Parts: sequence; structure tokens; C-alpha cells
Amino acid sequence: MSTTTTTTTTTTYAITKLAAPEPEHCPGTDSDLAGKADACAGCPNQIICASAPKGPDPDLPAIAARMQGVKHKILVLSGKGGVGKSTFTSMLGWAFAMDAEREVGVMDLDICGPSMPTMMGARGEQIHMSNSGWSPVYVADNLGMMSIGFMLPNEDDAIIWRGAKKSGLIKQFLKDVDWGTLDFLVVDTPPGTSDEHLSVNQYLKQSGIDGAVIVTTPQEVALLDVRKEIDFCKKAGIPILGIVENMSGFVCPSCKGESFIFAPTTGGGKALAEELEIPFLGSVPLDPRIGQSCDYGVSFLDEYPDSPTSKSIMSIIKQIREAVNEPMEEDEEE
Amino acid sequence: MSTSTAPASLNEVKHVVLVLSGKGGVGKSSVTTQLALSLVRQGFSVGVLDVDLTGPSLPRMFGLEARKIHQSSKGWVPVYTDSTKKLCVMSIGFLLKDRGDSVVWRGPKKSAMIRQFVNDVVWGPLDYLLIDTPPGTSDEHIAIAEQLRDAQPDGAVLVTTPQGVATADVRKELNFCKKVGFEVLGVVENMSGFICPHCAECSNIFSKGGGEQLAAQFSIPFLGSVPIDPQFVLMIEEQNKFVTKAVNSADENELNKTIDDSIANYGLVEKYSDSNLCPIFEKIAQQVIDSTKDKHRI
Repeated sequence: MSTTTTTTTTTTYAITKLAAPEPEHCPGTDSDLAGKADACAGCPNQIICASAPKGPDPDLPAIAARMQGVKHKILVLSGKGGVGKSTFTSMLGWAFAMDAEREVGVMDLDICGPSMPTMMGARGEQIHMSNSGWSPVYVADNLGMMSIGFMLPNEDDAIIWRGAKKSGLIKQFLKDVDWGTLDFLVVDTPPGTSDEHLSVNQYLKQSGIDGAVIVTTPQEVALLDVRKEIDFCKKAGIPILGIVENMSGFVCPSCKGESFIFAPTTGGGKALAEELEIPFLGSVPLDPRIGQSCDYGVSFLDEYPDSPTSKSIMSIIKQIREAVNEPMEEDEEE
Repeated sequence: MSTSTAPASLNEVKHVVLVLSGKGGVGKSSVTTQLALSLVRQGFSVGVLDVDLTGPSLPRMFGLEARKIHQSSKGWVPVYTDSTKKLCVMSIGFLLKDRGDSVVWRGPKKSAMIRQFVNDVVWGPLDYLLIDTPPGTSDEHIAIAEQLRDAQPDGAVLVTTPQGVATADVRKELNFCKKVGFEVLGVVENMSGFICPHCAECSNIFSKGGGEQLAAQFSIPFLGSVPIDPQFVLMIEEQNKFVTKAVNSADENELNKTIDDSIANYGLVEKYSDSNLCPIFEKIAQQVIDSTKDKHRI
């Protein structure tokens, strides 16, 4: 299966450059047992793995050095797709950047379905390279972003990549992007608990992740997947800043009657947060204008600051800033 | 058939249809569920395979959360909804000890699991096998495409929501289908409008028409638009009430009794007949039947 080419010149993926996909019981290409475990017998990669240098990943110090200038790293996670991770990430980005004193970065780790360029109004932008690394695309003076969406020659190209290759790109995003000094780096992730999530955690372990914001929608089918993500965070040792319930309730624009689109039959995000003893940051009602703002790439918070949805988002963001010990200054509050 | 090496488990399966979308949360699983129910209502026997390994939703959609997979001498026996054996489901959700357990797997392990799901399940004779997929174009999709390479799948139904951010991802999935040679049977636009229960006014929460535009742009059939229906969510949740209670009670007798009960009185197919979405999916299912009827896998 061929993969889509990107415009980036790929720096060597050291060990991830395998002759064939890893077998089922692969001990991990960078483990001490690589090339020597029972499962390695007969694997076409055996020689590559066995002869590769062992020990800690030599790129980790480089990532740590790059991340030294980044004060707070926040992941936006959800086991479920389409609950609004990217929308919420863009809101966090815009809201943090409202404070002109702060430098903010947004990183999109959804390799197969990057939405951040559209949502932040940066479609069609290109990434520039300098000798200090890849320059992020700036959508405001103090708001930079990075996404694979900027690297595709054709917007509709499918990125048919296996996990190892995705991890390679994530590593480059962390190691080679010239973020400069940042107060906040907000990381958007794809749904699930797989390569992207394991890799970003592994690469950022040394420099420390402030925590994860978990996004969910109110219905149990979504909560079920979100439980899995929380289980993952606990196993991986990622602190959880709190749960945000998105798309909770809808106010009809013509009759102002409120209804539940995704009924919280099991108590929604709040009950889940209580059950698992995680802070509940708030619920965000559905507003059709959010979807439109995302399609046009403008900040919903700036466009409709007085809507109930903006108010609840701002209250959530305030709590997140408190959770990472960067409380909002008095004059920013209403 | 002589030269192909299609998985033997699919030998008695007449049609294989995938449900795909580049975007998450657009309703792949609920479309799969409703397509399966509509096909069963028309008298077909249907199997559903869930290859979303890190977020399996089908056990809950079909109200089968408490059930377990059985192993026979020929392989894994899928979970049958009732004794008529018209509808069966296979999902990793049935293999987890606790429903909150996460499956934290990298690609190679996911691919191996999918290989087993395709090769080692005893589907028996089926009219339709529907395959529900996770979002994206990565390991799971590469694995399923590889496993089905010689199995001549009938094609794929793409699901999208109307907003531009979603159709952008679905266009990527279209290109994926082209690359691996899955025929696109059509596009379903889900969550297209919401009818306010108070005033019957239709609000386009995620805008409107994106799916139809996409279909026109790529000249693929548009199968229909499905509005948001909170009643459908409630129907799915209702059937799970007893099951969840029994699972949580940890009383094995009660759990077994609930399972026996749900096998004897599996009512989702009948209940779905009363749903507002049923007539819409009847049309969508009919188009899928029409577009696959000239394909003969076996």
C-alpha cells in the first residue's frame, strides 16, 4: 500500500524505517529485546531491529530541549470521535491568546483527519523551514499552530499511514518545530487510545504534561468510550484536569424551548466525573453558530461573546487556567 | 473462486458492505445499526462486525453489553440477538472484562486482532455482513483492506455530517476507497437538521446539504439525509437499562436471567419499526440492496 507523499523532506525515522509491518507480538522496535524476542524469529525486520542502537531514544533529550521553553502542555482527549475535541482546542487556543501577554501554540496530532487548519482559518497555509526548525503557522500575533494539514499537496489526499509512521511525524512536531517560548501548548488528539496517544505521552514524559482535558457528549454511548480514555490516562500517568460536557442541550432559536439532542440518560459527564472523582468543568450547550464559526475559521468567542455558550466556555477556560496555576487576571474577568 | 484466497469464514456470506467515515462521531455505528435492523426487517440475515477496537459502540447500540463470545471448534461464535439467529454481532466489546477497560494497542496488535475477526469468526450463511470501522485512514483500515483484498467486498457506505469540517475528512476517506479499490455505494448525511419537539421548527445544528454536495462533486450516489432524532438515542438507551443494572449488580444469577430474558424477548427490531427514522433507513437500505444485488460473491 502506498502512502501519500508530504511536502516535507522526511528526516530519518531511525528505527521506525522497517522493511515490513511489525508482527503481532513485536516486543517494540526500541525495546531491549528488539530483534531477539521469540516473536522476532522470522520477522523480516529482525536484522534491522537487532542491529539498531539500543538504550533510551536519542531524540528524547532533543524534545526535552525544545519543550523547555513551553511552560504548560495541555492535551485535549476523548475516546470518542466528533465530540468536539478540535472545536474545544481551537477555543482554548483563541481564549488563551486573548491575553496579549501570552504566547500560545496549538498542535494537531490528528494525522488522518486534521481539522485545526480549517477551524483556525489557516487553510492552504504552508509550513516554512529555517535552520532553527519548522516555523508554525501564525493565525494571530501570539497564536501559532502546527498540523499535517499544512503539508498536504492536495487537501483531499488521504493519509494512509500505519502507527509507526504517525509516531515519527509526532516526534518531528515535538522536536523540530520552532515554537520559541510559549506559555501554553494545547495538543489536539484523534479519538481512541492508540499510537498517537501512547507516543505523545512517551515523548513528553521527560518534560512533563500539565494534564488532559477530557471532552465528552452527554449520551452513554459516548461516555462509554470516554471511560476508556480515562482508564488510559490513569494507566499512562497523565493527570486529568477535568471533564467538559459538550453538546449538552439545545435551545431552539425560534421558540427558545430547550431539548436534549444527546440525552444524558446515565447522568452525562457530570455523573461520570463524580463516579470517577474527576473535576467536572462544565457543560457547553449546542449552538449552530459554533459549527459555522469552525467552518469559516473564525473565533466563536470573539464573534458571539454574549451567547450562553461562550459564557460557559469562558468559565471552563478559567477553571483550566486555575488548574495549571495561571489564573486569569482580575481585569480579564467580567 | 479457484485462485482467490478469500477468508474461508466468509464463504457463505453473500454480501460484504463496509461503513466508513474519515470523521469520528458522525454516526457510523448508528448508521450501521439502523442499516442492519432495516435489512433484518426485510427478511435478510445480517452479521455485523465492529473493527473499532479502541472505542467499540455496537454492543451497546444493539443492547448486548452483557453478552460474551463463545468459542467453538470452528472458531469464535458471534453474539446472536435472539433465537431466530437473523442478526449477529462481533465486537471487541464482548471480550473485555469490564466495560470501562481501555484497549491501549499500537497498530500491529490492532491489525492482528482484525485478521482474527475476519478469519476466525463462524459467521455461517449470511445475506449481509456489515463492517463498522473507526474514524481515520490508518492501521484498522489498512488491515481490513488487506484482509478483504481477495474477498470481493461489495463496497462501502460513507457517513458524514453536513458541516464543512466533517466533509473535508470524508473526502479523504473517499480517496482512501479509491486507493484500496472499495467501490463507494453512496453517501449518507447524518445529523442533518433537528426538529424541535416544542415547536416542530427544524434547526440545522451542523448546517445542511454538505453530504449531498459531496456526493454530487464526486458523482457518487446520495443515499439520503437522516435528521437527528433524540427518540432514537432514548430507544437505544432504554434497552440497556436492565442490562446495565444487571451487569453492575455483580449477581451472576441475575445477570444470566437478564441475558436469557433478552434473548427470549429481543425487541429492538420491532421497536425500531416504530421509530421515525425507520422509513428513511428503509429507503437507504433499499438502495444498498439494489446496488449490491448484481454482485455475487458466492
